[in-house]
Amino acid sequence: MSRVRVLVGTRKGAFVLTADGSRRDWAVDGPLFAGWEVYHVQGSPLDPDLIYASQCSGWFGQVVQRSENGGRTWDAAGNEFAYEGMPGTHQWYDGTPHPWEFARVWHLAPSPHDRDTVYAGVEDAALFRSTDAGASWQELPGLRGHGSGPHWQPGAGGMCLHTIVQHPTDADRLTVAISAAGAFRSDDKGGSWRPVNRGLRSEGIPDETAEVGHCVHKIASHPSRPDTLFMQKHWDVMRSDDGGDSWREISGDLPTDFGFVVGVHAHEPETVYVVPITSDSHHFPPDGRLRVYRSRTGGGEWEPLGTGLPQQHCYVDVLRDCLAVDSLDDCGVYVGTTGGQVYASADAGDTWAPVVRDLPPVLSVEVQTLP
Amino acid sequence: MTPAGETVGVRVKLPTHLRVLARVDGEIRVTVGSEAVTQRSVLDAVETRYPVLRGTMRDRGSLRRRAFVRFFACGRDLSHDPPDDPLPPAVVSGAEPFLVVGAMAGG
Repeated sequence: MSRVRVLVGTRKGAFVLTADGSRRDWAVDGPLFAGWEVYHVQGSPLDPDLIYASQCSGWFGQVVQRSENGGRTWDAAGNEFAYEGMPGTHQWYDGTPHPWEFARVWHLAPSPHDRDTVYAGVEDAALFRSTDAGASWQELPGLRGHGSGPHWQPGAGGMCLHTIVQHPTDADRLTVAISAAGAFRSDDKGGSWRPVNRGLRSEGIPDETAEVGHCVHKIASHPSRPDTLFMQKHWDVMRSDDGGDSWREISGDLPTDFGFVVGVHAHEPETVYVVPITSDSHHFPPDGRLRVYRSRTGGGEWEPLGTGLPQQHCYVDVLRDCLAVDSLDDCGVYVGTTGGQVYASADAGDTWAPVVRDLPPVLSVEVQTLP
Repeated sequence: MTPAGETVGVRVKLPTHLRVLARVDGEIRVTVGSEAVTQRSVLDAVETRYPVLRGTMRDRGSLRRRAFVRFFACGRDLSHDPPDDPLPPAVVSGAEPFLVVGAMAGG
């Protein structure tokens, strides 16, 4: 019988939640890396026993950890993240030039094409690649160097590269997102890059349709339709059907189109999930009710899913890496909150139940579907 | 006074998180050339013996002390001393440990 392993990063360590295919009874292991912030934990799609974790601390900096046995034991991987050449500057909050400074790894993306290749999205925004399973890292400098880099400016959470979408069959294509610069695409394995933000409109920047400067929060796609991308922007839920070359809004009848997460059903490429958050000044769900919204039409028309989720006095947030889906026949959906809850649905979002309620604030949720 | 060319064993006390990371219990002892027992030589020796600690106490590139890490010894805060200044004789002799401390900050 298949089983699932949910990898949870929190403000105070990582947790591993496991269950069989029924997803009713859960074992909770952790905290791993207790006391450290764990921004992301992610397993290789080619070798699920190969898992990476990004732990960091304001005191002691960044450590990437690696497990080769499904999370039973961990060893520090390579942790040298050196910008290529002269790092240069980007814009600081006050508009002045600010030197590029490495702070932490936000997101780890093991390759679906090569077991030992893994990408790391970091703050200050840059993309690093390892081809030796995390033992060493090299920046892909064409991203920062493509021209607009000196004009990028951090969002409130820092200038982070938080999203890495890898094409399922074309290893040359990478799409990344940076707060608050926007989305960028490479068609040559990360050598050269260009902004892919046409169609985005952001009221918070001087030129609402500028080529860069948009606060993209997350991008998701379905492996069967890699040219179709779904985006949760600061405000607006967006869709592209040409690999990011152009975008159109699909917020439709959502109660608010502010939010952080977006995900796609494992078997239905037109079924999309978001978690609406009230606004950029009120980072909690509308009316104190936590509801995941599902569109079965690729956007535009959305239905609220709240059965089993708190429907009163709920003022948590769901951060950008905190929604994941498994690939069991009945697609499971998982949501982590800043209140320390991880909710699971074993029926594509129709009903929910908490797996854990009192973890530290959840920073990321990923799920592995295991044989 | 230790003759030049010889080495001394310096006791180093790490904060909890770094002991966990380095997989050590209690104090560690590192060997340093007796001619230059300094913050820099002690931290170099710690990082050489425990590579996982590179970047956790000092910036990897500049080797400057991380903002929320402090260095104490003999009841003194040495954090702002030049990294090549000699450490107190009691640290060199092994009577006192060199303390790496996570600063009291945050919540």
